[in-house]
Amino acid sequence: MPDVHALGPIDLSLQPGEFFAVVGPSGCGKSTLLEVIAGLSPPTQGEVLFDGVPVGSFVPEGIGVIFQDDASFPWLTVRENIAFGLKRRGTDSKTTRRLVDDALELTGLGHFADGYPAQLSGGMRQRVCIARTLVLQPRLILLDEPFGALDQQTRLLMGDEVLRLWRETGASILLITHALDEAAMLSDRVGVMSARPGRFLDIVTTNWPRNRDSTIVTRPDFGQITSRLWTLLRDQSMKSIVETARA
Amino acid sequence: MNGAAARRRSSLERSAEVVALIALLLVAWQVMYHIAGKVAMTTPAETIRYTAKLLASSEFRPHVWTTGKAFITALAIALVGGSVIGMLLGFHRLAGEVAEPILVSLYSIPKVILYPIILLVFGIGMAAEVAFGTLHGIVPVMVFSMSAVRNIKPVYIKTGRVHRLSTWSLMRTVLLPAAFPEIFTGVRIGFSVTLLGTVMSEMFGSKRGLGFLLMNALGVNDVQLIMSLALLLVTFAAVANSMLMMIERRLYRQR
Amino acid sequence: MRPRKATIVRLVLIAAAVGSLEAACRTGLVARFTMIPPSEMVVSLFGLFRSPDVVSDIGQTLTAVGIALAAAVLIGFLIGALLYAVPRARRIADPLLATYYAVPVFVFYPLLIVFFGLNAIPKTVIGFLYAFVVMIINTLNGLDRVPSVFWKTARVHHLGRRDTVVHLILPCAGPYLFTGAKLAVMYAFIGVIGSEFILSSGGLGYRISFAYNNFQSDVMYGLILFVLMVVILVNMGLYAWERVLMERRGGR
Repeated sequence: MPDVHALGPIDLSLQPGEFFAVVGPSGCGKSTLLEVIAGLSPPTQGEVLFDGVPVGSFVPEGIGVIFQDDASFPWLTVRENIAFGLKRRGTDSKTTRRLVDDALELTGLGHFADGYPAQLSGGMRQRVCIARTLVLQPRLILLDEPFGALDQQTRLLMGDEVLRLWRETGASILLITHALDEAAMLSDRVGVMSARPGRFLDIVTTNWPRNRDSTIVTRPDFGQITSRLWTLLRDQSMKSIVETARA
Repeated sequence: MNGAAARRRSSLERSAEVVALIALLLVAWQVMYHIAGKVAMTTPAETIRYTAKLLASSEFRPHVWTTGKAFITALAIALVGGSVIGMLLGFHRLAGEVAEPILVSLYSIPKVILYPIILLVFGIGMAAEVAFGTLHGIVPVMVFSMSAVRNIKPVYIKTGRVHRLSTWSLMRTVLLPAAFPEIFTGVRIGFSVTLLGTVMSEMFGSKRGLGFLLMNALGVNDVQLIMSLALLLVTFAAVANSMLMMIERRLYRQR
Repeated sequence: MRPRKATIVRLVLIAAAVGSLEAACRTGLVARFTMIPPSEMVVSLFGLFRSPDVVSDIGQTLTAVGIALAAAVLIGFLIGALLYAVPRARRIADPLLATYYAVPVFVFYPLLIVFFGLNAIPKTVIGFLYAFVVMIINTLNGLDRVPSVFWKTARVHHLGRRDTVVHLILPCAGPYLFTGAKLAVMYAFIGVIGSEFILSSGGLGYRISFAYNNFQSDVMYGLILFVLMVVILVNMGLYAWERVLMERRGGR
């Protein structure tokens, strides 16, 4: 049962199986929030609970993280990349093979299994990282602007895939993004963060059906949600731009 | 398929260019022979013939062995010591910043002036040769290993932590493979300069080895031997470097 | 803040190293025959300038380095520009440029002595041979980095070939040419002093090997210190200058 509390200026509780997005102006500490939740950097105050157990400065088992930067290992083939975590766990080779094959199929990487990441596009490499995370069957997946480096159309399609994977794995997802449409399209709830120091201004509930996809962007109520998000964010973004300029 | 065909054609073209280059160098050599004359040079054909004879002779082999032994020992010390120290300097930010200008200075000085000190410490012989070869080779290996570690993408380390790796397995499965290509560049350069250092130390005050033979041949004005030794050493260095470069290119192509 | 801290630590470390060396030499831990105390090296260094032989050696070495360097920079630049202009020639020369510094150039030194005799020419040629290829490589690197939009800009402004090169290309490639020249200085020193040390009739390298062979420890260490200081100071000066050039460019 994923149950995450990020205390301090932030108080948040994630429901099991929920898709939660965090949007905010650049430099508001979105990524720091993610690192604190993951146990990659310790909180200065307060604590994070995962399944009721405090997260220290180690990443708990059951949390998977997908980063914005390409984290596929160029010295391993796609298959070896995906098997990386399983091998560390000491999973036997037969099970590993089966799980990796499943993940390859799930992420559409089957044809590239024995290639190296260098032969793949940016979007495909990000899929390798997603597959590497999924084979470990995490209960909570943290995504740190995973599609930031991709073009708009690829992002929509990757969004579809993430939704599908989310449904099929039943994991909870916390997505950090600066793209309002991405947040609005993917999530059950969207947390809107203020300019630095970041805190939640509001949490917007979307009420989308669980069985959704990127065609949602054409619905009129999608526009209402994004405009709601933008209304909340506009002043904050301005503040952050002015502050960046001053610094 | 198209890409593979293009690659094959370009590799064919590349070999043609290498052949053209070697032919050009041989022609230039022959032309220089006609300018310089018999006193100073031998022709390519003569030199190759003499080199073959030299390689077959039993008096020549101990010299190759001496140089080879000194070279390999020096190289081993330079590679192991240089990569370990270099990587440690890469991980420790302050230590790296402290060491970097010292390493750069060490790289840029004519190290030959330190050779008398090495001779005074180690005495004339194998130990001094090895020390001098190592002194040459260890610096580039250190510099490249240090920079390799610094250039590891932070996201790899974070990924390692998400997979809950211990320090040792992080080192073995993530950091070393990530840094390897750049360390290998240092190894290739270290190889060349270690050879230079070893041969140079033999050229000054030694009783054996290819460097000694070279200076000895100069003393007795044996142009044929000088030419053959130069050809041998240059060919060895060039071929070894080209092979290491091919490996290096493969390593980087994966990136 | 950080670099200052590193500098202080470095200076302390060097001072400690010199200090312990001094102590080791003074207490006899290191035999006088092997090494004289650093303080005596400094004294010896200043004494050297009174010897007309040494002053003449300094002159000989600097002359050879100067000639080798000037020729290397000029010829290296011309060859580099030529290879840039003729891609086919460049492709053929490419493996040569890549392997050149793997070859122990000093093996050609005996050959040059046979040809030119035991005078200043062979060591100058070795200095040149060591230095000119790094100039070619950096010339090519600098020209490669001229953005293609510059050539287009030149055409938009109707600049002739000569004006394009003088007003756009050279200033743009300038810092890289400087890097080439800086490395050429280093290699020219290595080539000349190395040759002098192995076998020659004069120059600083020769004087060091002469002092070694005649057990003149104080002269030898004074000279070694002198060469180290000169080369390191020259390199540091060039490095600082290069940094200024690069920073003006907004580069790293």
